[in-house]
Amino acid sequence: MPARTVLQQADIQRALTRIAHEILESNRGGSGLILLGIPTRGVLLADRIGAILDGLEPGSGVTGALDVTMYRDDLAHQPTRTPSPTRVPDVGIDGATVVLVDDVLFSGRTIRAALDALNDLGRPRAVRLAVLVDRGHRELPIRADFVGKNLPTASDERINVKLSEIDGEDAVEIAGGDA
Amino acid sequence: MKHLLSVRDLDRDSAITILDLAEDMAQVATRAVPKLPTLRGRTVANLFFEDSTRTRLSFESAAKKLSADVITFSAKGSSVSKGESLKDTTQTIAAMGIDAVVLRHSASGAARVLADSGWIDAPVINAGDGTHEHPTQGLLDAFTIRQGLHGAASRGRDLDGVRVTIVGDILHSRVARSNVWLLTTLGASVHLVAPGTLLPTGVENWPVTVSSDLDAAIADSPDALMMLRIQSERMRDAFFPHDLEYARQWGLHDERFARLSPDTMILHPGPMNRGLEISARAADSPRSMVLKQVTNGVSIRMAVLYLVLSGATTEAPV
Repeated sequence: MPARTVLQQADIQRALTRIAHEILESNRGGSGLILLGIPTRGVLLADRIGAILDGLEPGSGVTGALDVTMYRDDLAHQPTRTPSPTRVPDVGIDGATVVLVDDVLFSGRTIRAALDALNDLGRPRAVRLAVLVDRGHRELPIRADFVGKNLPTASDERINVKLSEIDGEDAVEIAGGDA
Repeated sequence: MKHLLSVRDLDRDSAITILDLAEDMAQVATRAVPKLPTLRGRTVANLFFEDSTRTRLSFESAAKKLSADVITFSAKGSSVSKGESLKDTTQTIAAMGIDAVVLRHSASGAARVLADSGWIDAPVINAGDGTHEHPTQGLLDAFTIRQGLHGAASRGRDLDGVRVTIVGDILHSRVARSNVWLLTTLGASVHLVAPGTLLPTGVENWPVTVSSDLDAAIADSPDALMMLRIQSERMRDAFFPHDLEYARQWGLHDERFARLSPDTMILHPGPMNRGLEISARAADSPRSMVLKQVTNGVSIRMAVLYLVLSGATTEAPV
């Protein structure tokens, strides 16, 4: 079964714009916000949301990257993963509202690892989660605060998030499965 | 990566991967909690059949920063003095449940023997085998040189065009061998300076240039100058007439240090014989990377431990 496109470039852009507005609304403004993307595509999404925030409220789009490789619970069961750099603003994350950004929310284990990683970096005032796609099948009691699109999927299907910076186009596709 | 036995097993890309990973590990040291949970529940055995301060402590510190448990074995004060062999010693320790072995041994090739023997399943990291190799030292020196040249922009870079001069006891030095192979793999050119008696046979087949004139090498202002330790414990013959003679001809004494280009980094693998191969003024100068090498050693060893211990423990079915 060929891949089926469920979100196109304009859909992704609209979803990110809405997420940016929701972040500002729930934070009551843009102060004390830090967007930390989870590599690889979460970092790109964080940068995009950060750029939108800057347009709405200049200076509010502080972004960084949070690598969670060293905190994963499946390291012994997977081929060796090479971590990406972690970038955190020089002021640190103490007292800030950190918004974790990832492309797909699935089992929730990546976010569990990210929460552990954050713990070692400092003590944020609050941690929120923004994802482009929530595909269900959670294995941990974790949910997203800001969701671009809820996509009910079968567990054997794959979600491919493509972003123009590395994939040459913006699209979200569903591939595989029996249906 | 199953084992780390020799830097000659590393190609340019895999060497750069280790150096970049060490950059990430170095960043951890700057955090509020300078520790990662990555190797929780894993046990690293440090087997040191030969004396060591920095390498043993460095591996121990690296393992602990990754939350691994460490058991340390030193031949001194152990049953080795009762004649227990490498095989029996390692199998005994392996029977206690270990996930990786860090081996320092006075016999060249000991790490390879242990890795190929089938005596134990655990990955083996060579922490110095006789006069053969000391791979993590080569990696930390390459890391130190790369950082000295490129600072925060080091990630992803090789050492193309970098000129490194290694001075002293090449014959007995596993550090020199690991550096020669790794630095040239990364694109650097290596120049050796030593008295003829301290050059190994076959050095003409190494990818290096060789001379006995330290003054000329210093006038050439290399990017890095690595002074090796005179290894008295491995010298059963007279390799040079007198210590003073060596210090005058091949030591980095104060007068030579004054002539050294201000851009040249000074490296020494330690422990230093101050006054013999390096003067106190040179060793304590801002150009000396000696303590940075020690700090970087921990990051490199964290990277290596991560790479040998993090992958799937059983091969995935094909």
